[in-house]
Amino acid sequence: MTARAPYAGVAIAVPVTEPYVRYSIRSAHWFVASVLAKLLQQSGLEKLAIDGLCVSSFLLAPDSAVGLTQNLGMSPRWLDHVPMGGASAVVALRRAARAVQAGDADVVACIAGDTNHVDSFRATLGNFSQFARDAVYPYGAGGPNASFAFLTDYYMRTTGAQRADFGKLCVAQRDNALSNPLALFKQRLTLEQYLVARPIAVPLHLYDCVMPCAGGEGVLVMSTDRAQSLRLPYVNLLGAIERHNAYPEDPIQMRGGWAVDRDDLYAQAGLGPADMDLLELYDDYPVINAMQLEDLGFCAKGEAPQFIRKNTFTTTGTMPLNTSGGQLSVGQAGAAGGYLGLVEAVRQLTGQPLGEAVPNARHALVSGFGMINYDRGLCSGALVLSRGDA
Amino acid sequence: MRTRLPLLPPAHRSRVALGMTAAAAEGRFELQRCAACDAVQYPPRETCHRCLSDRLHWQLVGGGGELISHTSVLHSHDPYFRERVPWRLGLVKLDCGPVLVVHLHGDVAPAPQRLRVGAWLDRAGTAVLVGLPEKDVPNMADDRQLRELTCDPKFRKVLVTDGKTAVGQALVSALAQAGADLIWVGHSEPWKHVAGLAAVANLPQVTLLPLDVTNARSVAETAAEIGAKVDILVNTAEFHRAQGIASRHGTEVARAEMDVNYFGLLRLAQEFGPAMRARAADGPTSATAWVNLLSIFALSNFPAHGTFSASKAAALSLAQCLRAEMQPAGLRVINLFPGPIDDEWNQLLPPPKIAPAAIAKAVIAALRDGVEDVYPGDVAEEWRARFRDNPKVLERELAAS
Repeated sequence: MTARAPYAGVAIAVPVTEPYVRYSIRSAHWFVASVLAKLLQQSGLEKLAIDGLCVSSFLLAPDSAVGLTQNLGMSPRWLDHVPMGGASAVVALRRAARAVQAGDADVVACIAGDTNHVDSFRATLGNFSQFARDAVYPYGAGGPNASFAFLTDYYMRTTGAQRADFGKLCVAQRDNALSNPLALFKQRLTLEQYLVARPIAVPLHLYDCVMPCAGGEGVLVMSTDRAQSLRLPYVNLLGAIERHNAYPEDPIQMRGGWAVDRDDLYAQAGLGPADMDLLELYDDYPVINAMQLEDLGFCAKGEAPQFIRKNTFTTTGTMPLNTSGGQLSVGQAGAAGGYLGLVEAVRQLTGQPLGEAVPNARHALVSGFGMINYDRGLCSGALVLSRGDA
Repeated sequence: MRTRLPLLPPAHRSRVALGMTAAAAEGRFELQRCAACDAVQYPPRETCHRCLSDRLHWQLVGGGGELISHTSVLHSHDPYFRERVPWRLGLVKLDCGPVLVVHLHGDVAPAPQRLRVGAWLDRAGTAVLVGLPEKDVPNMADDRQLRELTCDPKFRKVLVTDGKTAVGQALVSALAQAGADLIWVGHSEPWKHVAGLAAVANLPQVTLLPLDVTNARSVAETAAEIGAKVDILVNTAEFHRAQGIASRHGTEVARAEMDVNYFGLLRLAQEFGPAMRARAADGPTSATAWVNLLSIFALSNFPAHGTFSASKAAALSLAQCLRAEMQPAGLRVINLFPGPIDDEWNQLLPPPKIAPAAIAKAVIAALRDGVEDVYPGDVAEEWRARFRDNPKVLERELAAS
């Protein structure tokens, strides 16, 4: 395999969030537009200076990124639409970074935004994919809760993970969320409350499940020179991987594409798991956190439960994890859920966290996971970021 | 208290996925198999996931597999399931390859666990996969989730429209044996003594009712009396004479056949259909099924019994309409396509002929399995196979027989 070129000279800057709300009467278009407005406002750039656009959203239909250019009055010379749910940010960043390196675009706005009407989540589920419509939704219509219940049941049985292990992650993320003014969950969660919460899809209980909401996230990708001339704090992209439909022969998902590509990721970054000061893992259900801790090399396969028992995962503790609170405590704003970790990592590494700061944060790992097409999540990816060298 | 309105599980499927429904309607579990590389695949799609060939055929597959994971859903996004949670689901690795999401029978022990999978029609008439215990367990059919997919006569109230025929009487006995609560048995011309009817009438579950399906008033009066209580209607009324066109003068016999076999069904459907649809969600013993005694000759005309065949073809077409109209309520319309029945009207036909008791058994099995189209007996099965193979060839074969 050809050695991969580094992402040298690429800056990720201007982390912005359109604050989350449980329900909104706005459209997904509005959330994308408001993220773009914030990107312009905080970067000081004119709209026409944004010559690249990458959009992720579940609820843009019948539009796509193309329609948005007219909707938003933009004339980009580089355009992408990344409909990959929880892997959207990782994939978008990989592509935007190469576009900037190659000179195909100077400044790429990477935006994810989704709305949430009272009934839109249900409507999305029934038509999520052809396989979901034909072979999953008619079976109890439990949505992703049921899909992750299968994975969690299997994971617990084969690794010995206890509900309290998953509970520890959820409680730690809630602690992290308490200092984030944008998190939808503002009450402390105790392990006791976690354990006695009502069952949703056994073995999953209420606090294992993300709450759908509306919101938006975005960053700008440009050259480090450009970021410096604009005096924008930024981070560097040291490594990036994506993989789709990894291990199709596995009868049930016990590992994701991270396990295929993590050596490539760390080799490209010149860093290892031990060098990471914070982790922003895709967390729609805690079992997927456990799987990523293993597949991304923080512990051996099947040993995440022990690893969880040994760390605190709080922002100022050991192995800071999902320092904004993650989706489990901030909310899952559709495709923006895939951006939550990236935007938080950029904030932490550039010294502008919304809540508590990870002390001395220099390196962060951001992962993505998305699209339960049938029985497993198909997209996985990860980024290694470092504090900007300016 | 308001009678619950019938809800249906999500019914939307892609066209290719309906291949599983076509097989399940006849009680078979079929998945797509690739003719080029022999891979079995699921969920259905239009090309082979391995070699990309589009030569995919729906074929019988073994249902053996391993339950690798399971859950019980307590929160559903769909109104039908919301009324029915907790709902058990399993993830199954089938021995022949694919991984399936299935409805899980309550007696399947927690994973890991051997089990068998079958395809059943759900209330919406669409095939779904069900994981069952590997070996039969006592009262297996009483499982709450499985009973949503079946029309088991156990605990139910049934109307058999004509108890004077051998088939009608065999059915009444079989229904009584299958645990039906109450069986109304129609008999036209009550003054006429018919062999066997007295024995049937003596069964403790049975009530005789005067019912003549050629008489609109008789059908209406019967429906007014018991229509709101019937859970399963089995239409056994049949008028059968031999001969085709040239060997008989006039249309009187053909009219009589149509009057019973076609218009009789229409009258029953108009009078009993609405009340049954309204009671389709009326608790665990709701209205559930409508059974038509058709004939294999409904598929292709048997010239020696030509006008009879025509009346059964008309009845088949009407039964399809009835099925479409019953579907929104989740009521199953079951069509039986027997070959020649071993009764007086087929006296001159050589064997094999199907015994009335065998037809009765097939009806009970169809209700228990929730099957939609039934071809009972060797003759029916063979003709069904010939019809599936090539309907035009079958037409020539029947003309020559």
